[in-house]
Amino acid sequence: MSSLPPTPGQTVGPFFHYALPYDGDNELVPPGSPGSVRLSGLVLDGSGDPVPDALIEIWQPDPAGGVVRAAGSLHRDGHTFTGFGRAATDRAGRYTFSTLRPGSVAPGRAPYFAMAVFARGLLHRLMTRCYLPGPEVADDPFLASLETSRRATLTAREDELGYVFDVRLQGEDETVFLEGRRD
Amino acid sequence: MTTPVKANAHAEMAQEQVNEEIAALSAAYGRSGTLELQPRRDYGPYRSTILRHPTKDPHHADPEGIERWSPVFGERDVDPLEADLTIQAGGGPLGEKMVVTGRVVDAAGRPVRGQLVEIWQANASGRYIHKRDQHPAPIDPNFTGVGRCLTDDDGTYRFTTIKPGPYPWRNHRNAWRPAHIHFSVFGTEFTQRLVTQMYFPGDPLFALDPIYQSIRDPRARERLVAAYDHDVTVPEVSTGYRWDIVLTGSLPTPLEQDEDR
Repeated sequence: MSSLPPTPGQTVGPFFHYALPYDGDNELVPPGSPGSVRLSGLVLDGSGDPVPDALIEIWQPDPAGGVVRAAGSLHRDGHTFTGFGRAATDRAGRYTFSTLRPGSVAPGRAPYFAMAVFARGLLHRLMTRCYLPGPEVADDPFLASLETSRRATLTAREDELGYVFDVRLQGEDETVFLEGRRD
Repeated sequence: MTTPVKANAHAEMAQEQVNEEIAALSAAYGRSGTLELQPRRDYGPYRSTILRHPTKDPHHADPEGIERWSPVFGERDVDPLEADLTIQAGGGPLGEKMVVTGRVVDAAGRPVRGQLVEIWQANASGRYIHKRDQHPAPIDPNFTGVGRCLTDDDGTYRFTTIKPGPYPWRNHRNAWRPAHIHFSVFGTEFTQRLVTQMYFPGDPLFALDPIYQSIRDPRARERLVAAYDHDVTVPEVSTGYRWDIVLTGSLPTPLEQDEDR
């Protein structure tokens, strides 16, 4: 199989706010609807300061672990779960989604949100996973391949409305970012 | 209107110093004997990277589960008129009208079909419709600079727009971005997700721009430069540029693996 070299990435820059965000982008389900959870967190730089011009995307299976093949993320009808959401961080560096708990796609794998991170000053997107806390986390083969201290950066914590997951771009407790072998 | 300049140690740094840093990082790359296909996230000449790049190595992980799939976008997501950035207001925008088209493919050259492409750009004067853009160039009331489309069965996207202007930014004193269009692209796997910028051939600002130069491999950064293509022009209406986008390799489907045997 031939392999073409990839088109390089570039920063999302400071001016994406009038282009990429859209109405309902971060509400995969209406807030407060049955089964809804909030997923929120801070994006922090190497000084621990909030990043107010980041963009977070999540892509997830449905609660039963099914891969969603429904269109409509850009014009949500209020009924169709599409599995994709997008949230710009606010002035305090916080992103928020209203969504459903992802299920596990494969037996023996802990459920997670796939997450893409973009920001001014970040020259190429970062990929990570936000795992739900729970018993499956202890047995997940991917998480087991990480050092214990770093594993914690990929596990959300529960709060009264759902889950909290901070993204640390740099520093001691820097989030684990993922790269495929072909990236 | 005078915009107060934020106290910033970098603001008075001269272009010459940035050029020296770019040259040093380029020379180091030449000596390294490695092949870099992506920008360095740790690229000091672009000052905003300093606190925003990871310092630990990325963890190698093959896509699994949901990562091997991508969100689905369809007709209900995108109006075909969103691909024409010149008809979004009452009148036509100022500037050089042009067609920008190309194919989105994976590393094996397979088309990415029916997938979302989003673009945003400055107007012909180099001004964005964004409250943070304080560049005192005129806003064009007939140009928002935002477009979307879905790729066709051949992976082709096509936009009608105007050529954006270069614009100043605050990275260092008298810093100017080469003219560019921001692109946001999805593949068939979420791990192929790409946000990048398309540039125009022969831009004199390439050598001075730390964002473009952060891709240290000359051939890799030239992949961001569109080609003028007379075949995509519209007679008496618009010039034309072609720019193909190659996403990182997706895994072969089980069927294709069988065929490979």
